[in-house]
Amino acid sequence: MGQRITIDPITRIEGHLRIECEVDGGLVTSAWASGTMWRGVEQILLGRDPRDAWAITQRFCGVCTTVHAIASVRAVENALAMAVPRNAQYIRNLMIAAHAIHDEIVHFYHLSALDWVDVTSALKADPEAASRLGESLSNWTGNGRNELKAVKERLAGLVEGGQLGIFTNGYWGHPAMKLAPEVNLLAVAHYLQALDVQRTANKIVSILGSKTPHIQNVAVGGVSNPIALDSQSVLTMERLLAIKQAIDSVKTFVDEVYTVDVAAVAAFYPEWTALGKGITTYLAVPDFPLDERGTSFETVGGYIPAGDLAAYHPIVAFGDEYLRTNVAESVKHSWYRGGKGALHPHAGETIAEYTDFQPAGKYSWVKAPTFAGKPAQVGPLARVLMAAAAGHRPVLDHLDRLLGLIEAVGKVKVPLAGLHSTMGRHAARAVMCATNVDILARQWQLLVDNIASGDHATFEKPVFPRGEVSGFGFHEAPRGFLSHWVVIENGVIKNYQAVVPTTWNAAPRNEQDEVGPYEASLIGTPLADPERPLEVLRTIHSFDPCMACAVHLVDTTRREIVKVRAL
Amino acid sequence: MTTTTTRMDDPDRAPRVVVLGVGNVLMSDEGVGVHCVSALEAGYSFPPSVRCVDGGTSTQVLLDDLEDLDYLIIIDAVSAGARPGSFVRLEGDEVPHAFTTKLSPHQIGIADLLATLSFIGRAPRRVVLLGVEPERLAFDLELSPVVAGGLPELCAQVVAELERLGLAPTARAGQAGA
Repeated sequence: MGQRITIDPITRIEGHLRIECEVDGGLVTSAWASGTMWRGVEQILLGRDPRDAWAITQRFCGVCTTVHAIASVRAVENALAMAVPRNAQYIRNLMIAAHAIHDEIVHFYHLSALDWVDVTSALKADPEAASRLGESLSNWTGNGRNELKAVKERLAGLVEGGQLGIFTNGYWGHPAMKLAPEVNLLAVAHYLQALDVQRTANKIVSILGSKTPHIQNVAVGGVSNPIALDSQSVLTMERLLAIKQAIDSVKTFVDEVYTVDVAAVAAFYPEWTALGKGITTYLAVPDFPLDERGTSFETVGGYIPAGDLAAYHPIVAFGDEYLRTNVAESVKHSWYRGGKGALHPHAGETIAEYTDFQPAGKYSWVKAPTFAGKPAQVGPLARVLMAAAAGHRPVLDHLDRLLGLIEAVGKVKVPLAGLHSTMGRHAARAVMCATNVDILARQWQLLVDNIASGDHATFEKPVFPRGEVSGFGFHEAPRGFLSHWVVIENGVIKNYQAVVPTTWNAAPRNEQDEVGPYEASLIGTPLADPERPLEVLRTIHSFDPCMACAVHLVDTTRREIVKVRAL
Repeated sequence: MTTTTTRMDDPDRAPRVVVLGVGNVLMSDEGVGVHCVSALEAGYSFPPSVRCVDGGTSTQVLLDDLEDLDYLIIIDAVSAGARPGSFVRLEGDEVPHAFTTKLSPHQIGIADLLATLSFIGRAPRRVVLLGVEPERLAFDLELSPVVAGGLPELCAQVVAELERLGLAPTARAGQAGA
């Protein structure tokens, strides 16, 4: 007999998400993803000065501050057909890359590793053996016996104190947990070390952005960092050198720890390279512009329909016509007034129409975006597959290294097709993180060289015409393709829509009742224990949900619930 | 490397204090903590060991700002079902408890942050939460009149906390209580 499982809210994500699954014979047979937070924040921008939009949009979310600032200035610059000085592009690129590295490390270690790592099992580990194992896998200096012994003692203290603190809400001792105690101990040690590394990455953002979490230096037309290599209080050589040091230190961790840990998890859980596939239509945009108008980039973007890499269609420039004309959003199954079919973001409407959770009707605050009429998966996996389709070596080199490590550790060979999976999303995120470290170093060099050549320009003054102009800005954010769409009339904002990565992935059913990526990815997943649906969390977390994008307070009385009922 | 710091035990070290305003300024009264920090920074100059931080709705990126503190003063909207605009002061264990039992909009993030700091041995020695009961949580950059009207009093409470620590800020000319 079938069962209905509701997990509400999903923990260790940003924001509120409810997942409902139908389970039959131990397998998920259908799923519904419901964003439980109202998202209509864009209305706050109407009638405002487009030059202020970035400062407001970076308050959409406490995690994605920088990314909304960047997408917003790009949207207004696109509407004004502006060129942006190269220094400004490089400085923005440095912030984008550093923020992404920070985010990718936090996601793996602090938001999702605990789906695979059994913290309580680490207490049974022999630190000596764990250290030998760690040192056999990498050159990282943080795998020493004493370090691991100290971590184990600290963990034991936490457990003896009767509360797991940061490690509560884990499915400890679950039958689907498979890592050996020593691997678990190494992972907990790296969890703690990653806390320091993510700060180093974030330091780069704060040096350039003046402050974090809310950067101060972005402007429509460039950045507000004055450049003078010999002056205090501006971007000096001393600050640039501090950034270089941070880059080097982050690189060691990403290459020797993060990449190796992801390979180890993949090697111990090879079945997860065949689970969690879902929607194999992918969408990504190129990023890290290398020129004033965004026609050449560090990374590649495009569209891959139905997993067919040969059908890859590239997206090549800011304002890309193919991209601009193919995005639409449906609200047929979302709590907004619909009836007009899927709408282009420039014509988008966000008028609430709440109905309660109706699996066959409306059931989510998230809209359902489509590309060329189809749901699409966005995120690091989409980026890696675009690189595979385009033969983009800088990404593929890191992919080859990671797949080689998985084979070395687990004696399992993961083919490219194995990336269409829950584990594939983790692997792709690690690959993109390593790529981002390289990009960070290259962008740093480009900035230093450009300044040395005598170019100190960082800002171009925007000029707003009379009448109406519209534009869109895109950014390949850590969680995937982000776009801001703006209509400006006589210098003020007339319409503004943000289509965020999680909207693509957490989409409910669309106009044609096709399931969204989260929903599709759960179908066919086996559950060892429906009362403790760890496997559902593994797949949902692999997308790195960020539902916040607006609010934190909605329903303060809710607790984590797993409800299981017979159908 | 993650080892317990000894910096806090240095007797010559000035006490380190952070005034952390949290909340979403796009949600009217939800952002009262951030508005309070902005008003404090505009109205006062602070001793070097006191830092004001606009935390927004962020969590993990705040680790750097919050470790090894002697005193952490958090300002936030706190929904306790009281009269809108009324104040609440919580201290010590009540603070993470408040964030986990849903008195505050930011329950998950801040509670996790405090738990993380405590696990790595860098937790603030003392934590105080100064809360304001929100009236309105709609999309709006402005505070409701009742919460806006209470802002000078909220700032005064933060100043009083700092005075008790011997770290009173100085009112900027013409800005006192702003």
